[in-house]
Amino acid sequence: MHVERLERRFGVVPALRGIDLTVGAGELILILGPNGAGKSTLLRCAAGLARPYRGTVRIGGRDVQTDPAARGLIGLVSHQSLLYEDLTARENLRFAAALHGIAGAEQRVRDALDTAGLTAVADRRTGTFSRGMIQRLTIARATLHAPVLLLLDEPFTGLDAPAAQLLRRRMAAERAAGRAVLCVTHEPAEAWHEATRIVVLIAGKVVIDQPRPADLERFRRDYQELLRQ
Amino acid sequence: MSAVRAALAIAGKDLRIEWRHRTALVSAVVFAVLVLLVFIFARDPGTLAPRDLAPSVLWVTLALATLLALNRAFLLEREHGALDGLLLAPVSRASLFWGKWLANLAFVLVVDAIAFPLWVMFFGVDPTAALWLVAGVAVLAAIGFTAVGTTISAMTVRTRFAELLLPVLLLPFLLPPITAAAGATVRILEHRPAGEWLGWIKLLALYDLVFLVLATGLFPRVMDE
Repeated sequence: MHVERLERRFGVVPALRGIDLTVGAGELILILGPNGAGKSTLLRCAAGLARPYRGTVRIGGRDVQTDPAARGLIGLVSHQSLLYEDLTARENLRFAAALHGIAGAEQRVRDALDTAGLTAVADRRTGTFSRGMIQRLTIARATLHAPVLLLLDEPFTGLDAPAAQLLRRRMAAERAAGRAVLCVTHEPAEAWHEATRIVVLIAGKVVIDQPRPADLERFRRDYQELLRQ
Repeated sequence: MSAVRAALAIAGKDLRIEWRHRTALVSAVVFAVLVLLVFIFARDPGTLAPRDLAPSVLWVTLALATLLALNRAFLLEREHGALDGLLLAPVSRASLFWGKWLANLAFVLVVDAIAFPLWVMFFGVDPTAALWLVAGVAVLAAIGFTAVGTTISAMTVRTRFAELLLPVLLLPFLLPPITAAAGATVRILEHRPAGEWLGWIKLLALYDLVFLVLATGLFPRVMDE
């Protein structure tokens, strides 16, 4: 993914101020920053859900704003599940498969349910699911079409320890499979060991873009110092 | 082909969810029945025969029932951010319009199909062959109502007052098809020559065509954040 001079405004208030970012296959980037730094806005622009005021986002050379096929290369896990609570888990995945035109959808849906550990509840309406089950199904939905870029917006929120561990393993597996992962988070420790790169956004600008340091505690001190400035 | 498949998947999903609940359907039908009853009780029986009111009542009832039905069109996409899931699909956003429109049209036609015989019964309309023509006018009107309604419903869904804004924005756009449909209905029920009502029907068909084309073109912009 290539992000070039990306700007986004809410009225006259700038949310992103000339972001440049390149994400390669197999990279897992943690995007950190305080509230209002523009992290979620960056993810929404990258997914083609928000139109930038200026600049472009290209995935595999395709502009996400103008080329619908580019959106098929993206998987998104956002604050919300993107699921229909009146449909069963299986129906939700079937619908996502139909939207993405997945060949052999039934088998893919079965595999996704199996990987998410939801086969036993596949025919239950998702409105009856726990937060952890919803999150697993959300990830299954986001990865059903084998996207090359996975965008995660605070995916650990509300997860208990086993579910968070499962998510970390899933992120590592996605990276190992050659997919790029962008993970927005407030807490670097959540996926520190899985990350390959750290990007810090403050007031809509990239202020740190570096390979993941070995020492989390030292990074955390420097990061807190940066936020205080 | 992928656009057609996506549109059919969206329509199928909407109708499946509606069939499970039937809340919106039952509400729209009950609402249509109540509007018909209100008109029956609000008229002075000594001065106005139900039959004289019938064409106007039909179109007021169907237009208001459509409004109620369209209110739900995008609300289910707002829950849990499902709209984002649609927007991430690798298909033209115009196909999202066609999917939502197909579901809305099917929904409104079901409401119309239930309200129509009740209108015939309550207002003493002669059950002649001309009723089939009026039913055809209702189908044409439903196409136009839902084309405009789907677009405006998409525009208002991200606002805080979607349920309030939809009728305020939609009703002015419904005035031309209501006028044309009522004009055709009056003349058809009075068994006037085809030349007298065909013009209204052509106007209705033109409205449908124009707004289906406009909505297809505008929908991607409407969906922009």
